[in-house]
Amino acid sequence: MMINRDKTFKTALFICAAASALATLLIFGFLLVFGLPLFKGGQFFLLLGRPWAPGQGMYGFLPMIAGTAAISLLSLVVAFPISLGVSFFLHSLAPAALGKILKRLVQFMTGVPTVIYGFIGVFLLVPLIREMFENGSGMCVLSASLMLGLLISPTMILFFSDGFAAVDKKYIQAARALGATRVQTLLFVVLPNAWRGLMTGLIMALGRAMGDTLIALMIAGNAVNVPSSLLDPARTLTSHIALVSAADYHSMEFKSIFACGVTLYLLNAAAVIAIRRFGAVGKDKAHV
Amino acid sequence: MKKPILWHGLLAAVLVMACASWGLAGDLDAFKGRKGEIRIAGGTAHIPVMKEAAKRIMTLNPDINISVAGGGSGLGIKQVGEGLVDIGNSGRKPTDDEAGKYGLGMYKWAIDGVGVVVNPKNSVKSLTKAQLKDVYAGKIVNWKELGGEDKGINLYTRDESSGTREVFWKKALGKGEISSKALFVQSNGAMKTAIANDPYSIGYVSVGHMDSSVAGVALDGKAPTLENVKSGEYGVARGLYSNTKGEPTGLTQLFINYLMSDEGQALAAAKGFVPVK
Repeated sequence: MMINRDKTFKTALFICAAASALATLLIFGFLLVFGLPLFKGGQFFLLLGRPWAPGQGMYGFLPMIAGTAAISLLSLVVAFPISLGVSFFLHSLAPAALGKILKRLVQFMTGVPTVIYGFIGVFLLVPLIREMFENGSGMCVLSASLMLGLLISPTMILFFSDGFAAVDKKYIQAARALGATRVQTLLFVVLPNAWRGLMTGLIMALGRAMGDTLIALMIAGNAVNVPSSLLDPARTLTSHIALVSAADYHSMEFKSIFACGVTLYLLNAAAVIAIRRFGAVGKDKAHV
Repeated sequence: MKKPILWHGLLAAVLVMACASWGLAGDLDAFKGRKGEIRIAGGTAHIPVMKEAAKRIMTLNPDINISVAGGGSGLGIKQVGEGLVDIGNSGRKPTDDEAGKYGLGMYKWAIDGVGVVVNPKNSVKSLTKAQLKDVYAGKIVNWKELGGEDKGINLYTRDESSGTREVFWKKALGKGEISSKALFVQSNGAMKTAIANDPYSIGYVSVGHMDSSVAGVALDGKAPTLENVKSGEYGVARGLYSNTKGEPTGLTQLFINYLMSDEGQALAAAKGFVPVK
């Protein structure tokens, strides 16, 4: 009886896991099938080299790849130090009551819809950046990265904090017993042992940054142009898809956004693999 | 002795009010006692009129639910053609290809201009078409060259599926180039916000959407005002269309009828468009 129930439960869980894995694969397959006309005969690479000029039958989206890469990586650069700092503070430096309030606040922040960040960006950040840097409209890579950094920080902070909390208490007690200060314990005991949590946090945050549409759509300016400075406007793959999906269903223009989808998918996968690789190397070092 | 007078007065007042409300709600009467849903999407220039009409209908009859979404003319035509919405708005006439493929019923209920706009703080309030073309092509990049401040020009444009862009590109730019440095916004409303917030910007917006937060720029001496659009002096104009898949039926037909009624046409005029009747 007991074993039977156990088995049913296991099967149910397995089905759930298989379904979600399958969904991910199916989406990729769907994108590939719809983008197939473009992939045939190496047209895909031709696509990359050309400019985006639907009027003249050219559907290159290299500028959008550059936009996505620039904005999401910069947002990580913005968010990583902040998140590490806040989670350090939460883990060992903050007084209990303050830490609790701060953690609730961070949890609340993960649920704030991105359109609100976008809106604040349009009315507060963009004019500020415009006034600060004389030229340009303020709608640029820098504005979008700063806002996106703020958006992904709470996710990172929560994963980092969980990583720190998962470190075996005995290690910490041992370190304290040897006379290590809180900061020393944090840097030399907690941080190396929380490596996995840090990597997961980075991956989740990068995924969110790459996948986010509204912030870039609202404040990056959406110009089809490879950005050459922080103050240049840029268009990400996601906002490109959002802008172009209104085009005629049967046009080449519309079909080309499936190629964008595939690219975004691959880019995301590549980033996850890269972080895991880098993380594995770092972890080995930590244990030497 | 006073009582009867009071009663007569009240009765007269009630009668007057009844007549007045009956007269006012005349064109909306068709919606009484009906039930159902109308889904509207597409052209963003249409939204103020759609929202107001929807509000009036739903206030009169809460059993009717009307949803109004944007998305652009291209999206409106696509969605109505595929049966995702009941009415697909477009700020341009659907192409023969689109109309044929989907079998669209097209209803033009107003004429709207597309005006060039700058921030109200900008001193440049008049351009020639040739200057505008050079500005959008990225050949003129500083306001100083147009008699303004020594500041870079921030170009704003819309995406390819926008009817507003289509008309602007054809009739104001003469199908000229739009620089790759141009910033993209996704609706008439977003364009207005962007221009109102950026002192060195230039963009284009439906004349019906213009208000004091942006300043219209005269093209070859013709200001983009309702009067100039109406008289035909300002040439950058287009029809506002509401499209249905085939002949409209049921509530959708009533909605189109309302747009074409005296009241609907007065509403279009009140929102800054030129009525067709």
